[in-house]
Amino acid sequence: MELLGQKPTRFGFGDGLVVLGERHSNVVVLGGDITGSVMTSLFKDKFPDRFFSIGIAEQNATTIAAGLALSGKIPFFASYGAFCALRNADQLRISVAYNEANVKIGGGHAGISVGPDGATHQVLEEVAFLRTLPHMTMIVPADYEEAKKATIAMGEMVGPAYIRFGRSPVPMFTTPDTPFELGKANVIKDGNDVALIASGALVWEAILASQELAKKGISARVINVHTIKPFDFATVTAAARECGAIVTAEEHQVHAGLGGAVAECTAKNAPVPIEFVGVKDSFGGSGEPEELMVKFGLTWKEIYASALVAMERRDKGSSGVRAIKDVPSYA
Amino acid sequence: MDVTTKQSLEFNATTFPNERRSPEGFLPIATEIRRDIIRMLVRAGSGHSGGPLGSADIFAVMYFGGYMRYRPEDMQWEGRDRFVLSAGHMAPVMYASLANAGCYPKEEQATLRKYNTRLQGHPGRDMHLPGIETSSGSLGQGISIAVGMAMADKLLDKNDRRVFCLTGDGELQEGSVWEAVMSASHFKLDNFCWIIDNNDCQIDGRVPDVMNVYPIVEKAQSFGCDVIVVEGHDYADLMRGFDRFLQNQANGTGKPTCIVAKTYMGHGVSFMNDKFEWHGKPPSKDQAVAALEELSSI
Repeated sequence: MELLGQKPTRFGFGDGLVVLGERHSNVVVLGGDITGSVMTSLFKDKFPDRFFSIGIAEQNATTIAAGLALSGKIPFFASYGAFCALRNADQLRISVAYNEANVKIGGGHAGISVGPDGATHQVLEEVAFLRTLPHMTMIVPADYEEAKKATIAMGEMVGPAYIRFGRSPVPMFTTPDTPFELGKANVIKDGNDVALIASGALVWEAILASQELAKKGISARVINVHTIKPFDFATVTAAARECGAIVTAEEHQVHAGLGGAVAECTAKNAPVPIEFVGVKDSFGGSGEPEELMVKFGLTWKEIYASALVAMERRDKGSSGVRAIKDVPSYA
Repeated sequence: MDVTTKQSLEFNATTFPNERRSPEGFLPIATEIRRDIIRMLVRAGSGHSGGPLGSADIFAVMYFGGYMRYRPEDMQWEGRDRFVLSAGHMAPVMYASLANAGCYPKEEQATLRKYNTRLQGHPGRDMHLPGIETSSGSLGQGISIAVGMAMADKLLDKNDRRVFCLTGDGELQEGSVWEAVMSASHFKLDNFCWIIDNNDCQIDGRVPDVMNVYPIVEKAQSFGCDVIVVEGHDYADLMRGFDRFLQNQANGTGKPTCIVAKTYMGHGVSFMNDKFEWHGKPPSKDQAVAALEELSSI
């Protein structure tokens, strides 16, 4: 797996929207004032007749999108995830999900890698909420190309869907030829000693961790779960059965996000020790993205250390999940 | 229809056409809608009586006065005008209107709030009752959906379809209602007709006591609506309101129409009239019999 450069996933969203606009005349975009930040400005410039500025009113924009969808349009509404996944939670639940309205939401500036804006804008809880909504598709792309492919895919599927993307540049490692299928996790690297199951920017960190583990003779399987819902039970269950130990990694609260989904899946199908890498029940804060990722324990080092713990628990025949505070940090 | 049929707790098969009619022509329709609301609710054993009874006259004019263009046998017809009940708890009056228009079998009204029914406690689009355009029930959302529909019609598909939406007056306490109205006038949606059922009642009491939303008329005007205040139980006045909407659309005024209909909760049944206690409860069997007796003279 090769590093191909750095680019924010939001660029992939913006470019994907333009492709959709060219392909489908019923794709429309609603703006929430921050169109330059979440890259809907690209669509706005190219298709001004299909772009509507709704202003700073996420509840209204989400529900207007439902009305457009019930009229045969494919509306995208994008804002910061803090405001277009949680402030409008009731609208997403009833007007979008219960209605099975063909609404697409782009949630930008996700995670602590937003950086200096601080905790209010660093959404860390929306994956947990969205994956509990019936009918909802929830996507967390890992890099630019995947974000672009995911955006196009969500526009071309029928039903409510949400894509989470970030502000800061992140490593690019997928190419236009890398397979992408909604609901199908990508096994990036094979291995049978431990499974590193990650989403978003943490996929690259999992790859780095697997390289370090390889130096110790440990063969780690790396899985990119780009679609949190519908969840790929088969791939994760197989990883649990064949590796016997799992580490999940995500730029989200450790509760109820990707880690929760993996735990639900394996508890039912193949219980194995799991260690969870994520933000540990706290809010973010200001700082540069790189220093925040270190502060909150979202680097390959935590994944590496957690892999050793998970394997140790497996080998000692331990069961159950360790308390989060017990997870050792990499020293 | 004879008096026995009118007083019966059973549903009858009478339906009414949607056409221009004289004001007095709406009275039998509104009364049958009210009777069906009573019949539905007493069977259901739960649900909202006050709002549906109080707004029956608005619904009679809107669905049966030629203002909404629809085909009862095909409520998916692409050219239809659409109605969104933002005040989703008032579902019984919409269900009764659709039944009396012939959109679905009238006897199905007996299933209100029952297991597997198409007549969910609050409108559920997933049950596919003909004429239900959207789920609603969380107040303040329906009006934004209606605005989205009106945008699709006027700005994207560029047709002359109309979108009607009814909110309550307590519902105006939801801030997102005003986001929706702001956008309706921003986008110059003269194909959008917003009706406020202004009965001044909500579950906890009189609207100004719970949280004052007045002055409603001035608020709606300042948000860019063409506001017309009508007596919500006077058919000629209601027609004046809907006619004004049609004129606004035909003239391309670029302004959404807001009809503030002054109504009394529970109107038509004397012991419920203007009593907020009837917001969220059904009649008992005895009360239903008494209500139907009172409604049988028309």
